[in-house]
Amino acid sequence: MSQVPKFTKIQELVYELPVGRVMKKEVITVSPDTPISTLKEILRVNRISGVPVLDGDHLVGIISIEDLINALEQGDMQAPVRKRMSTQLITVREDESVIEAVNKFVQYRVGRLLVVNKRGGLTGILTGGNITRGLLEAVGKNPHAEKISGYRAPHIFQDFASDHTSLVLKYNVKARDFETAGSASSKVKRALGRLRVLPEVIRRVAISVYEGEMNLIIHSDQGGELIAELRPELIHITLKDQGPGIPDIERAMTPGFSTAPNWIRELGFGAGMGLANIKKCADSMKLESKVGVGTQLEIIIHLHSESGDETNTEKAKQPEPS
Amino acid sequence: MKLREIVETVKGTVLTKQGDLDLEISYCGASDLLSDVLSDMKPGSLLLTGMVSLQSVRTAEMVDLAAIVFVCAKIPRPESIELANELGIPLIASPYSMYEICGRLYQAGLRPPKK
Repeated sequence: MSQVPKFTKIQELVYELPVGRVMKKEVITVSPDTPISTLKEILRVNRISGVPVLDGDHLVGIISIEDLINALEQGDMQAPVRKRMSTQLITVREDESVIEAVNKFVQYRVGRLLVVNKRGGLTGILTGGNITRGLLEAVGKNPHAEKISGYRAPHIFQDFASDHTSLVLKYNVKARDFETAGSASSKVKRALGRLRVLPEVIRRVAISVYEGEMNLIIHSDQGGELIAELRPELIHITLKDQGPGIPDIERAMTPGFSTAPNWIRELGFGAGMGLANIKKCADSMKLESKVGVGTQLEIIIHLHSESGDETNTEKAKQPEPS
Repeated sequence: MKLREIVETVKGTVLTKQGDLDLEISYCGASDLLSDVLSDMKPGSLLLTGMVSLQSVRTAEMVDLAAIVFVCAKIPRPESIELANELGIPLIASPYSMYEICGRLYQAGLRPPKK
């Protein structure tokens, strides 16, 4: 674990907080027809240094105290805002992370960014001060910020642009190999630890993959594959083998039902709780099996959920297609 | 309760390399069924078990248990001890039965994990 680069809470938050959480929502605006003299009063009364210009609902410009000073120098105080405003609009989307905003401040050397929604409508305004305050609040409000902001994987995913980014860990599991049993699960668990997935989520993944790995070792003819696919928002675990297959899935899902021989029970497993345990940990699971062909178990665990869904069933929810 | 006190209470022998015996432990569970351990035990708790297979250590790793006490003087195989050393999970062997150990540790203040 010592090789994991250290991220401070603030650094983590810069990546995790959306702009919408730190921006100022009550935005004072002016219309393009507002005279500069009125603008001066608006800036003075509200003690602000610039405002967006809206034509109806439409964002058309931004005007700052600098534009006002220029107008004052040139004796142009009765001109409408439209004449003096800047129409080069530097915007940031409310769902983007604060780091995007920081980058734009650096790139465009502006004092404020206009925050827009997906349709381009103005929803807020953002200054360096808003960011500082938002970060301090997020750290102060939450003594467990380290834990909550701990999920590092999104930063890794953010570095790669693609339509579907995921990290796939694949292990071959040998049948009846009790010497190395659990080692694949151990590696999955360690990987998630390094990616700083929430401990509660790691625990649920670890239990699921371990029970699944034991099932492959105990029941499969030729062993099988354990695949853990980590996506920005979830972990998709697949366990598959080439037989013998489960004749009655409903019975196999019944807690306490077991086909394991006694010698398996002597190892502490085979009590018929494996699938029930997985179901308890998973947000959704899908078990498909054909006698003589093989079995495939798919498990989905969301990275940001707090606990396994009590109501999940194999029929109610299906894993998302990959 | 410190692990050191637990070892004394169960008249245990530490099988792994001398680890952190000052580790503070508050919760304890007892089972030979590893699926039950996976499903019910909290991270940081103590496991009492008669199951000496390698899988006990793996299970402890999976749910981040603090330490394992093996009951009835059962000693796990060297591979298990080696793995536990690697993972930093102290293994302790006690001469007492599961029932006796449960009684002694409960009296000493260890409680089942809160649901």
